[in-house]
Amino acid sequence: MSALVINNLSKSFGGLRVTRNVKLNVEPGERRLIIGPNGAGKTTLFNLITGELAPDAGSVSLFDRDITRMASRKRTHLGMARTYQIITLFARDTIQHNVTLALLGLSPLRWNPVAVLGRQSHLAVAARDALRRVGLEQIAERPLAETSYGERRRVEIAMALAQNPKVVLLDEPFAGLSIDERQDVRKLLIAIPREVTIVMIEHDMDVALDLADRITLLHFGEVIVEGTRAEVVADPRTREVYLGE
Amino acid sequence: MTNSILARRFAIAVAIVALVVLPYAIKEVYYVNIASQILLYAIFALGLNILVGYAGLVSLGHAGLFGVAAYVVAYLLTAGHGHALAIVAALTASLLATAGFAALSLRATGITFIMITLALGEIVWGLAYRWISLTNGDNGITVASRPAPFGIALSGARPFYVATLIVFLLAVAASSIFVRSPFGAALCGTRDQPRRMNALGYHVWLIRFWACMSSGFLSAVAGVLFVYYNQFISPQALALTASAEGLLMVISGGAGTLLGPVVGAALVVIVKNVVSAYVERWNFMLGAIFVAIVVFMPEGLVPGAARLVRSFWQATGRRKSVAPVTAERRQ
Repeated sequence: MSALVINNLSKSFGGLRVTRNVKLNVEPGERRLIIGPNGAGKTTLFNLITGELAPDAGSVSLFDRDITRMASRKRTHLGMARTYQIITLFARDTIQHNVTLALLGLSPLRWNPVAVLGRQSHLAVAARDALRRVGLEQIAERPLAETSYGERRRVEIAMALAQNPKVVLLDEPFAGLSIDERQDVRKLLIAIPREVTIVMIEHDMDVALDLADRITLLHFGEVIVEGTRAEVVADPRTREVYLGE
Repeated sequence: MTNSILARRFAIAVAIVALVVLPYAIKEVYYVNIASQILLYAIFALGLNILVGYAGLVSLGHAGLFGVAAYVVAYLLTAGHGHALAIVAALTASLLATAGFAALSLRATGITFIMITLALGEIVWGLAYRWISLTNGDNGITVASRPAPFGIALSGARPFYVATLIVFLLAVAASSIFVRSPFGAALCGTRDQPRRMNALGYHVWLIRFWACMSSGFLSAVAGVLFVYYNQFISPQALALTASAEGLLMVISGGAGTLLGPVVGAALVVIVKNVVSAYVERWNFMLGAIFVAIVVFMPEGLVPGAARLVRSFWQATGRRKSVAPVTAERRQ
């Protein structure tokens, strides 16, 4: 059984075909890197997988379950989590509250209008655990508005991990980070246990290459090359579309 | 920590005692009635604040929901039914109207949401104005009597004030519980990052729908109190200006704060009733005050005043010690 199967997925915006017959098969526990130059359709592919966009054709399955027509919030309940390339966090709240919202999203408690959120100690404990994994436990009570860009990237990852997902989709987790910050994020991604399947987008090829088991190269919405790291790097088509001549 | 909680509880107790004693301390019935008006409009504003402040959805049709409840009470009483039935039917009818409003307007957010609610509010106003066989048109409907719950007649200004106060305190308590609840947090999340909330597994539409319903319920409660307070209802009470006044209360007091709408309701009602006795163009006064608030305290009177007090303490505290003062988080 595969963790994530994408079959002949297509999407057009008007005359622009952003995703063309994309096929993808990600095994459980795999680390899959999707690379491609700007405009290759990587984020669109993610939006199709998470259901934020509806495909024109093709199908998406999560652990053999067809989720092509499923609302994106329900996919989250099935164990799919994502981060955003453009940071999408709750700026007026604390780091802790951001992660708490991620936990609450999967809890039936989210409909409760009479309980006191601050007294839900199980949520607080779980939020601290998630923040410990990304090294932000010390500043959990800090308002998000007072954090650095690198810290926000890690909050994004903490929110995805807090949901205890089976499949995590990371949209450019290294974007805009300094070299030191990249090392921090790299370490915490390596520390994610193998029960979790990771699909990661990066447009900068070198950053995440060694984290991946398999690499898919996307160009103009099409899968050009797919294989192991060595295979993809050695492929002349990779050099052509990606590394430049 | 425990000290501040004690201080808070003490302040709440003092405020409640002051509100209870108030009508007996004031000799003139006129001012007792003004106080009742403030409280009933505060309930309306608290309801509107759920949408404007916490859901980030600005409604210009809330006077319509307020009006449905008021008209149902007036109509059923005129038809000879009892107060209990009239009140229950009014709340039910208003909730149904809210559900309809929500189903239509929640297809959009932002400006489009405002325009749809405005149109719906105008439809209710139009019905009240034109459906003369039901509403008596511009002449309105007179309500002969006020109810007498547990044998206590509310016909006098002071008993009516106390009854309104009890409902008001319940509304404030319900709002404060709501704000701190998981659902309240989810609602604020849909205001700030709806897309992310959806990705986190929340049903954004349904959360907004329940927010509309809570908001509509408080508006309906205020509508029932309004029709009993005036013992009269006419289309004027649900015109666009009434919805705009509600928004004015919420925004001038501080949207997204618990006490802001209450302070805003007091401001608007006082300017409307008291200042209008001295200044002929009181609308101008209200506008000028609103402009001043927007310029000097864009976040509203309650958060604005809190900010001033904080900066005052920081300024005086800095002279005595150099302890760092961390900015308090806005609720």
